[in-house]
Amino acid sequence: MTDSFEPKITAFVCNWCTYAGADLTGTSRIKYASNVRVLRLPCTGRIDFMLLAKAFSRGADGIIVSGCHPNDCHYTSGNYHARRRWMVYRDLMDFMGLDTRRITFSWVSAAEGARWAELVNEVTVAVRALGPYTDYRELALTGVE
Amino acid sequence: MDVIATSRQLLESGAVQAVIGFEAGTRGIPRPAFIRRAEGAGALVFDANCTQNLGTYLTRPEVRTLGRVAVTATPDTLRAILQLMAERQLKEEDVLALAVDATGEALELPTAQAVEEHLAMVAQVLPDRDREALERLGRMTREERWAFWQGEFARCVKCYACRNSCPMCYCGHCTMDCNRPQWVAEPSHALGNLEYHMVRAMHLAGRCVACGACGRACPVGIPVHLLTFHGEESVHRQFGQRAGASSRLDYALSTFRPDDKETFIR
Repeated sequence: MTDSFEPKITAFVCNWCTYAGADLTGTSRIKYASNVRVLRLPCTGRIDFMLLAKAFSRGADGIIVSGCHPNDCHYTSGNYHARRRWMVYRDLMDFMGLDTRRITFSWVSAAEGARWAELVNEVTVAVRALGPYTDYRELALTGVE
Repeated sequence: MDVIATSRQLLESGAVQAVIGFEAGTRGIPRPAFIRRAEGAGALVFDANCTQNLGTYLTRPEVRTLGRVAVTATPDTLRAILQLMAERQLKEEDVLALAVDATGEALELPTAQAVEEHLAMVAQVLPDRDREALERLGRMTREERWAFWQGEFARCVKCYACRNSCPMCYCGHCTMDCNRPQWVAEPSHALGNLEYHMVRAMHLAGRCVACGACGRACPVGIPVHLLTFHGEESVHRQFGQRAGASSRLDYALSTFRPDDKETFIR
């Protein structure tokens, strides 16, 4: 296996759980793949599906969307709404022929620093095996954004 | 009573200020007509070619100023009316649905409950052609589906006929026209077309009444209605509700159940 391809992973995380969890990973001195770019949002309920589409068109090979476990949302129900949205969006992605293997949805709490490292490492390995995601990016190259 | 007699009587009595229906158009294709005087009611027609969903006009500002309107309706139009009521876009007292059957008889449905009871007698089935197309797409590999939609979208000129024909696309300021930030690339190139159809499908998931008006409106024959039909099926399969079933339906994506079941969140 050649090591020439390093995937770009964009992580959309909520402020209250996964971001704090990722912070804990750092303060716990746990090393993990540096392929991930973390974007902090107030809540998973805030994450519009177009943000994910934009990430693909700007060069992401894989995406992680992560927030509070069900029942732990800082805003009570943001993650429940997000879950419904992803249930429909993932279906639509598949129907339109987008690669659903490149989006990973997950719940990571503020206490799960080790789990965050594990998740990023797993996704990085999986996306590295899938190779660059060119379908979407090539479309973006046909037009000037 | 038939459509003409019913409309004439409604306009004469002042029960409604306008009737939205169809009149004879060019090349045998009926076109929408907005009848405001009783003597004009004679122009109304209603036959199997009247497939456009007239519900799309009910939320237009210029139609709202007319007053109470009656609208000649197929079951699709009736579902659109209920869904508009569910989304608080239409009041019961603002619209009188005229359900027209194959013989041309018009049945007045003055309340949401009357519409619901009428619809309960009509089975909602997807046309065979569309059901088969959905199944065929379902059997394809992901790569084949991608190639299929890319081939279809390549013809899209972003005329927005699908958006304009849709009774559920009533937003005064559409995401498509939003440029701060520019959510969707404006030109009709490959990316702009894909993102447009993705946004349209997502924004209609759980709200599409499956009338297929968008697909029929498309000037280049892209089956855009399959995207919203698929979203509707997805919502029905996962959340057990169908848009247009009731005037008191919660939007599937602005509500939730703590026990919603999915298989992909880690």
